[in-house]
Amino acid sequence: MKMRKVLSLAVAFAVLAATGCHGNVKRGEFVVPEAFDTSRQFEITFWAKNDTNVNQTRIYNQAIEDFEEMYPNITVNLRLYTDYNKIYNDVITNIATDTTPNVCITYPDHIATYISGDNTVVPLDNLFTDERYGLGGSEVMFDSPTVDQIVPEFLDECMINGIHYCIPYMRSTEALYINKTFVEALGYEVPDIVTWDFIWEVSNAAAAKNPDGTYAVNGQEVMIPFIYKSSDNMMITMLRQLGAGYSDDYGNIDIFNDTTTSLLYTVADEVSAGAFSTFTVSGYPGNFLNAGQCVFGVDSTAGSTWMGPHAPLSDIHESSIVDFEMVVRPVPQFDPQNPLMISQGPSVCIFNKEDPQEVLASWLFAQYLLTNEVQIAYAATEGYVPVTTMAQESQEYQDYLNDPDEYSIKIDVTNMFLENINNTFVTPVFNGSTSLRNAAAQLINSTVKSVRRRETIDDAYFEDLYNEVTALYRLDQLSASRDSRADLGPLPAESKALLISLGVVWIGIGAYFACDLVKKRKRS
Amino acid sequence: MKAMKKVLSLAVVAAMALSVFACSADTAETTSGETQAAVDYEYMSYAEYEAAALDTEVTVLCTVMATQSWWEDQITVYAQAFDGDGAYFIYNMACSEEDSEEVAEGATILVTGYKSEWEGEIEITDATFEFTDLAQENPMAPVDLTADFGNDDALIANQNRNFTMTGLTVEASGDNGEAFLYSWDGSGSQGDDLYFTVSNGETTMTFTVESYLTGADTDVYQTVEALNVGDTIDVAGFLYWYQGANPHITAVTVN
Repeated sequence: MKMRKVLSLAVAFAVLAATGCHGNVKRGEFVVPEAFDTSRQFEITFWAKNDTNVNQTRIYNQAIEDFEEMYPNITVNLRLYTDYNKIYNDVITNIATDTTPNVCITYPDHIATYISGDNTVVPLDNLFTDERYGLGGSEVMFDSPTVDQIVPEFLDECMINGIHYCIPYMRSTEALYINKTFVEALGYEVPDIVTWDFIWEVSNAAAAKNPDGTYAVNGQEVMIPFIYKSSDNMMITMLRQLGAGYSDDYGNIDIFNDTTTSLLYTVADEVSAGAFSTFTVSGYPGNFLNAGQCVFGVDSTAGSTWMGPHAPLSDIHESSIVDFEMVVRPVPQFDPQNPLMISQGPSVCIFNKEDPQEVLASWLFAQYLLTNEVQIAYAATEGYVPVTTMAQESQEYQDYLNDPDEYSIKIDVTNMFLENINNTFVTPVFNGSTSLRNAAAQLINSTVKSVRRRETIDDAYFEDLYNEVTALYRLDQLSASRDSRADLGPLPAESKALLISLGVVWIGIGAYFACDLVKKRKRS
Repeated sequence: MKAMKKVLSLAVVAAMALSVFACSADTAETTSGETQAAVDYEYMSYAEYEAAALDTEVTVLCTVMATQSWWEDQITVYAQAFDGDGAYFIYNMACSEEDSEEVAEGATILVTGYKSEWEGEIEITDATFEFTDLAQENPMAPVDLTADFGNDDALIANQNRNFTMTGLTVEASGDNGEAFLYSWDGSGSQGDDLYFTVSNGETTMTFTVESYLTGADTDVYQTVEALNVGDTIDVAGFLYWYQGANPHITAVTVN
């Protein structure tokens, strides 16, 4: 059963992101050892995230078991999470006490906060290319991919300020899950690329009611035609598709612009028409879809096994499931000729430790997660895509994609993602980008709630909302701290005193040498 | 937020003073020595709350039964109506860390928020609150729902209530015959929510030990971790809802 706990934590972590990693222990830069010391025992911790999917847990355990067989001097202790934000919170807490895990599943957004400490996270570029222990290295005891065999788009997402701080582990995007039966019953055909206009038009048609108050399209008392799971992704994707501001690489916040306001007006109109809601406000798109109470749901491809009347996983009672034909498409687009969708998914980082041998042991295990054994098995648990071409092009993976016994919706979204890897994007990563993401979500969720609560939606409303969100997520502080062009103001008095002192000392030293020179000349 | 009605005329004070003796459940002595009564507050009765439409603002007077972990100025509260008759689930109520110490079992608070529905759970969201000095001296006893076991149509009438069920049998929850699972499918680890299945001989229900309510260091968590398939148990908890009855269990007794 899926849980709502994620929501309760989201705001909190946004604030944490803004405050960074105070109190962390200073540590020297990691240097790759000459050789891995197999005479010593190493115990490393691996904080992993799964999608509350027991198959994923099994794969982690199997990976550890297989790895430990190859490296009997390394013991990997697994700690499972089902929520990225909980991992993030625990990492922040443990940075302060110098008890970070060795290997950790994470988002690049989160790493941007972790690395605000000194050498907290190991830069991986030197490890990538190390001839002996790097990717595809000569001393690595398993068949690991080379750097070139990691999908470049995914690897680039792990780069912060020109340095790779993580390796991609799995990638997913969002998909539009469609009740095709309803769309056709409403007199429409599902296009290959669905536009936002199409979504709103069909959703408005689906909101029509019978005289008895039930909805015409399903005969039920409940119908939310379009539900978006991730409100932050919705705002981010719409802005990107329109080429509008969100943030830049320096962390300057550009989200409060006319396009955003225009999009929020559209959201308000559609909520008012009964055509749209979000996960935060109403619940999981999959639950409504499977109950025949929704026409379009946007959710992660990594949630595909919950989507559809024949989905292997379901939160709703069997008696509530309605049979219908489901098809999947890329998320709605403004420009169908140039589709854009977000790339997301877990990455793996390594935390620095005093003992470089321990770090090397961590790296070896992290690298093992890129092997075909792990990549293909884990990707098959959901609509994930392996991050290496080595796995993607393997016969085993091709067999999986063509296996008629696999859940068809999962395979469909996976193929859709594979065909669109070149159409994916990511948002800039900086210390505070998590806060901005949460702010983007709140803009939509607050608007949805306010319409439902019959508040007046006008320019004044949005001005207040922007101010409220800016304050809550400290976005003004992010911009101020990140804007390299900002006027930093006059030097503090202490700094001035220090500079003056340094000047006086140098003058003194100069005077001393001058006097000494004069004395020597006199003596001579 | 609705304006609070705090008319403390001498006549009301006198009436309140009398009510101390007449109806102690509705009154309390404030720190200043004045007596405060429920009538000092403008709030909805539970019946009015039930009748209110979704997405409307509601103000209720309630007594805290339990809370989930406070986190960054928010706390989730299980509360019973001060006037009896029903219970509220107040999701992520705004609350400072300092105040969270006082938002504890027995505290009576005036809550203003929005009546909302999420996956079938009727709850109060985006809520704020203020403390009262009212004492709930006749808290609602847990309702015995043993007879409604497995019948969502009947159970829903007691959504969010504190309840008991007795004489239930622990069934296997996972593929390997486990008596409980960490997370709903066993994908979690210690510290995560516990899920276990019980039957009354005719049908089954899945119960949850919500880790934010009763964590790994609590009796109920450890009792469930020690359950065996076939054990006969009595349970107490709150009747949370998620696509049907999804009770949050706070006590388990193995018979």
